[in-house]
Amino acid sequence: MPEELIETIKKEFRNLILDGTVSNNETYLTVKKDAAVRICDYLHHTLDFPLISIFATDDRAKDGCFKIHYVFSCKGDVFIIIKIKVEETTPRFATLTHKIPAANWYEREIQDMFGLAPVGHPDPRRLIHFEDWAAGLYPLRKDFDIRTKPDRVKGEYTYRKVEGEGVYEIPVGPVHAGVIEPGHFRFSVAGEPILNLEIRHFYTHKGVEKLFESVSLDKAVFLAERISGDNSAAHAVAFCQAVEKIAGIDIPPRAKYIRTILLELERMYNHMGDIAGIATDVAYPFGAAHANYLKERVMQLNEKVTGSRFLRGMNAIGGVRRDIGDKKDMILKELDLMQKDFKELMELLFNSPSVADRIETTGRITGEIAKGLHVVGPAGRASGIDSDVRRDHPYAAYSELTFKVPVLKTGDVNARTRVRADEVYESMALIRQALSDLPHGEIRTELKTIHDGCALGYSEAPRGETLYWVNISNNRIERCKVRDPSFCNWLSIEYAVLDNIVPDFPIINKSLSLSYSGNDM
Amino acid sequence: MTVDDEMEIMGQRLNRKIRALFGRSLSIREVDAGSCNACEVEVNALANPVYDMERFGIHIVASPRHADMLLVTGPVTRNMELALLKTANATPEPKLVVAMGSCACNGGIFGETYASGGGVDRFMPVDVYIPGCPPRPQAVIFGLMVAVDKLEQKIKKSEVKV
Ligand code: SF4
Repeated sequence: MPEELIETIKKEFRNLILDGTVSNNETYLTVKKDAAVRICDYLHHTLDFPLISIFATDDRAKDGCFKIHYVFSCKGDVFIIIKIKVEETTPRFATLTHKIPAANWYEREIQDMFGLAPVGHPDPRRLIHFEDWAAGLYPLRKDFDIRTKPDRVKGEYTYRKVEGEGVYEIPVGPVHAGVIEPGHFRFSVAGEPILNLEIRHFYTHKGVEKLFESVSLDKAVFLAERISGDNSAAHAVAFCQAVEKIAGIDIPPRAKYIRTILLELERMYNHMGDIAGIATDVAYPFGAAHANYLKERVMQLNEKVTGSRFLRGMNAIGGVRRDIGDKKDMILKELDLMQKDFKELMELLFNSPSVADRIETTGRITGEIAKGLHVVGPAGRASGIDSDVRRDHPYAAYSELTFKVPVLKTGDVNARTRVRADEVYESMALIRQALSDLPHGEIRTELKTIHDGCALGYSEAPRGETLYWVNISNNRIERCKVRDPSFCNWLSIEYAVLDNIVPDFPIINKSLSLSYSGNDM
Repeated sequence: MTVDDEMEIMGQRLNRKIRALFGRSLSIREVDAGSCNACEVEVNALANPVYDMERFGIHIVASPRHADMLLVTGPVTRNMELALLKTANATPEPKLVVAMGSCACNGGIFGETYASGGGVDRFMPVDVYIPGCPPRPQAVIFGLMVAVDKLEQKIKKSEVKV
């Protein structure tokens, strides 16, 4: 299948492909700079492969140029990465956003971090840097020192303007009323219905990708765990897998199973917390309290099993740090109790007319929008996008376990809530299977040497597809591109809220469960 | 003694102190100044039925204008600095500033970079530091207790001056 696929693409664009290499399940095709849009368009629209990331690298020291990579997820567990070279003297590339809306933020990110401009971009404003950031400073260029503290300059940020009789604006944030992360929302409303929402983020930008380039491989795992705190395990696993792929090490089967258990525990407490949040926002406090109680129980279980309520410190390059085999009976007993409680709660929740009234048809994201923006995770699956990294690009022990991927079509808050509820049962079943089939043996393969190379690592976090691209050179991280699921999903909220009323915004927001820190990094 | 017992004992003690000092609940405004979100998860956990901090007289308020204390998380990113300062300015004196988590204490794993400011005390005086990544809910309660003690001292001092 991959060979055939590559042949088809090569035939189609014979003179435009300059070079091709294959490593593991990743095919890298270097193409002529001005052909990228055409080829990406073909991969996305003709072959129906989602664009899952775009990122740049500064290879000026080695190859005298920058490179831009377009990553596509293909059927049959294959990834195609289209590469173009961008010279420092012509720091521009053609935008892809008008063909694939999902390209929007990646291109603006590249503009801010590398100083390469997407020509023809429909919204070329800054994304990550604020207006007080001086022009001409690009943090991910190799000649930018991470400790630089640029002075603040005077500048202005312009929001989209919606005008008309009776239209007014409601600015919200970055500091919100509840205990949530910071971000800015600007609503244009006429009465209660929302006519337009513009989100402005990157308040929590911490320079994580630059930081990766200055830490050791072992420490980098801890950094990955702190990109989006409640998705620690999924980030750590994705990062470790990328490094393990480069090093060519196969982690012990027991470690694969343990990772799977950790990842599913993480999904459970996140989904329960999201359901609790939705219940809070529809004024169903009993359900909220109960779901929060269940979340706390999973977090306490996490701590008993791993020593960390957030499952931190467990994953390491080469496997896991701690065996959990002796906790099997305790986990199984807790799962049984929690499942009974969770089931009762879900029956109450979904049978409550006052809840149904608030969540049905609220915050709809059509399948078309979800596909165009590449909405991932439960939010995508609630809008009919049948994708799940665990099944489509299996990792850890998922290829050996059976599970269903719930997909619904309506794309409203109701569908997103139900997808999560169904996934909780699947997670419980997966943990039971993994515990009963837990292979014997070691839990970690030692990483002795690592040669230069690059690879993708990925996982299905509670919020969805999480992607790392790591490039190692001389035992150091040369570049680590992180793509948190929220980076894909945030823009969908601008569509989800349209024609909804302002009081429903919190529910819609909660149902999309978006991470600010994962997005801003 | 288990962790839960300790939580109970500390919570009750804190409750008595808050009552004596304020005659009402302690109002806290939480400010995420660039956290990874795990610190927020733990603050929210304090509100769940297991810990239920409201019964100890700890109340999270929506506006800094109603707050006795700012509970700050995160390494204070360049992009959050201004919002944090504005929030602090909007909080009436005498206020308490508590730095929660390694990031807020000293920048934590994010250190001091072009994007990360490296800890709350670079930007305003901090009364209490709660270490941990993230601190467990019990540690937060413990930190709040230390903070309330400090406020008691602050008030005493200002009374002497008057
Ligand atoms: S202290 Fe740890 S948990 Fe808290 S914000 Fe920092 S990295 Fe996250």
